[in-house]
Amino acid sequence: MSFLDLKNVTKIYPNGTKAVHETSLSVDEGEFMVFVGPSGCGKSTLLRMVAGLEDITEGDINLDGKLINEIDPSERDVAMVFQNYALYPHMNVYNNLAYGLKNRGIDKETIEQKVNDAAKLLQISDYLQRKPSMLSGGQRQRVAMGRAIVRNPKIFLFDEPLSNLDAKLRIQMRLEIKKLQQKVGVTSIFVTHDQVEAMTLADRLAVINNGIIEQLGTPIEIYDNPKSLFVAGFIGSPQMNFLDGNIKNKTLSAEGFEIKDIDSDFEGEVKLGIRPEHLSQRENSLINLKVDLVEQLGSDNLVYGRLKDKKDFCYRCPGNLTIEKGADLSLNIENNKYYIFDKSTGKRVN
Amino acid sequence: MKIKPLQIIAHIILILGVLLMVVPIWISFASSSHDSVTILTEGMKFHIGDQLARNYNEVLNEKGGWSEEVTAAKMFINSFIMALGIATLKVVISAMSAYALVYYRFKLAVPIFWLIFITLLVPLEVRIFPSYKIVSDLGLTNSYTGLILPLVASATATFFFRQFYKTIPDELLESAKLDGANAWSFFIDFLVPLSKTMIAAMFIFMFVYGYSQYLWPLIMTTAEEYWTVVMGMKIIYTESYEGVALPRTAERFAYIILSMIPPVLVVVFLQKWFIKGLIQTEK
Ligand SMILES: Nc1ncnc2c1ncn2[C@@H]1O[C@H](COP(=O)(O)OP(=O)(O)OP(=O)(O)O)[C@@H](O)[C@H]1O
Ligand SMILES: [Mg+2]
Repeated sequence: MSFLDLKNVTKIYPNGTKAVHETSLSVDEGEFMVFVGPSGCGKSTLLRMVAGLEDITEGDINLDGKLINEIDPSERDVAMVFQNYALYPHMNVYNNLAYGLKNRGIDKETIEQKVNDAAKLLQISDYLQRKPSMLSGGQRQRVAMGRAIVRNPKIFLFDEPLSNLDAKLRIQMRLEIKKLQQKVGVTSIFVTHDQVEAMTLADRLAVINNGIIEQLGTPIEIYDNPKSLFVAGFIGSPQMNFLDGNIKNKTLSAEGFEIKDIDSDFEGEVKLGIRPEHLSQRENSLINLKVDLVEQLGSDNLVYGRLKDKKDFCYRCPGNLTIEKGADLSLNIENNKYYIFDKSTGKRVN
Repeated sequence: MKIKPLQIIAHIILILGVLLMVVPIWISFASSSHDSVTILTEGMKFHIGDQLARNYNEVLNEKGGWSEEVTAAKMFINSFIMALGIATLKVVISAMSAYALVYYRFKLAVPIFWLIFITLLVPLEVRIFPSYKIVSDLGLTNSYTGLILPLVASATATFFFRQFYKTIPDELLESAKLDGANAWSFFIDFLVPLSKTMIAAMFIFMFVYGYSQYLWPLIMTTAEEYWTVVMGMKIIYTESYEGVALPRTAERFAYIILSMIPPVLVVVFLQKWFIKGLIQTEK
């Protein structure tokens, strides 16, 4: 059994909403697990069941070899960082950090030691006497982290802790969280709907959709080898291009072109997925793109255009290529990196 | 800075308001420092006279009543104890019952809340006979407990505390729980400090309410040692005619001034909290 073990966990809210369906998942000690998925897919619910803030309708959760289904959140030894931080408004930073330790009956000197250590680690030592209302967003974020770290819990739970920060600070804090987690080495679960955040932070990633884990794996595995239409569309930025197609006798015919000898025995309606970055320009290739718009990001250009039958399409090329609006490009799929999904079930078939 | 006409008008209105409040108090105070004959012959006074110490000493320490034993000082103490007890218990009980109503999501919470709320329609004066019957059956007439107990439940305060607790975000409770807080420590460590402005305000209102009770202590007390200030006000008014030729007007004014002191003290003492809470939003 691994450190955190979810077995067939289901959550049905009293109003009948089925937020999580029979989910099983293992997290190893020291691992950084990220739950990613669109809004309302059940990420927070799953996390809150681990914390003990929601009852488990069915299934078991084991933490550190102990069944915790019925254990009160205060006894679980987990720490959580909330989206809006939930700092204690009437206590100064020092007491915000110390409160959990006081409740555990730890003596004053040890508390002071621990709080000061955590404050130093997070660079909030100068604000210990301030109230949360006198701190900036980033500082509050650190205090929330400090409150989690100082108790040295079995597991850290983060519920979209970066979504209230501006873009630049978000990237900075993302890095800090990752570094901190590596330094402290505490098992962590991080919930986000931002796939870039998910990719950069995770040791392993659980892509959740409609209360089900669609795919579990390292970020690269999931990026390289998405198992379903949903995962393929959700992970990767800009999004994967999808074209309607049809397979007969190992030949896929899509909008205006054919791919022969595909590696699949599937027959019927499919979706063909091609990542914008897996394309390159070559004479007389499969795909003909009429350019509508070019976004220059500096390092890359994002080229948006249409295929023959008006289908929107995106191509990502190095920033040093100049591409004019209205140009006709001939694009090749590099290394045959394309993904085929059964149109009816969304399952990968190649 | 230029002063706008609107500001001048606003200030005039405010000053008039202040005068309206303060002048009667001043007249009472000034009049309480003369002797009664002067007041009766010359009318009420605007300036301080030379009888201040004598009048106040007389009012505080003269023994009155049928038993010739109760003093005004004793009545002040009684009223103070009664008001303090009522205000303290009202605040404590309302805060705790609001806590139960908001945080323990039991099925009957809403009906119970409305039941509490409906009691606003039956103030003590309406249910005074049943209340008296209960208190006297319990043997609590002529006791501080009897004076205080029937008045300690407050629908108003429960309502205000409930509304306030509802505005406290759920995450605060959740994060306190994860930090090992139990039901009691969440109340003491979070709700009480977060609502201290509210507590101060409620305490002031409830103190004044308790202090100005008349009918209940009148019915409840037969022993003079439990008389309260408001009862005393009527008594010194009527009593002064007996035996003495002249109404003791100056002493009456002194009594009125003295009776204002305890509530004023409470307001002065608590207003610091009150204002601090108002300017420093912590939520
Ligand atoms: N207390 C509740 N009662 C009933 N239904 C709820 C409750 N909380 C959440 N839900 C429902 O459960 C589903 C999952 O909610 P959840 O909060 O886990 O989503 P999420 O993945 O965290 O979304 P987001 O990214 O927007 O935070 C949603 O359909 C939501 O409407
Ligand atoms: Mg959520």
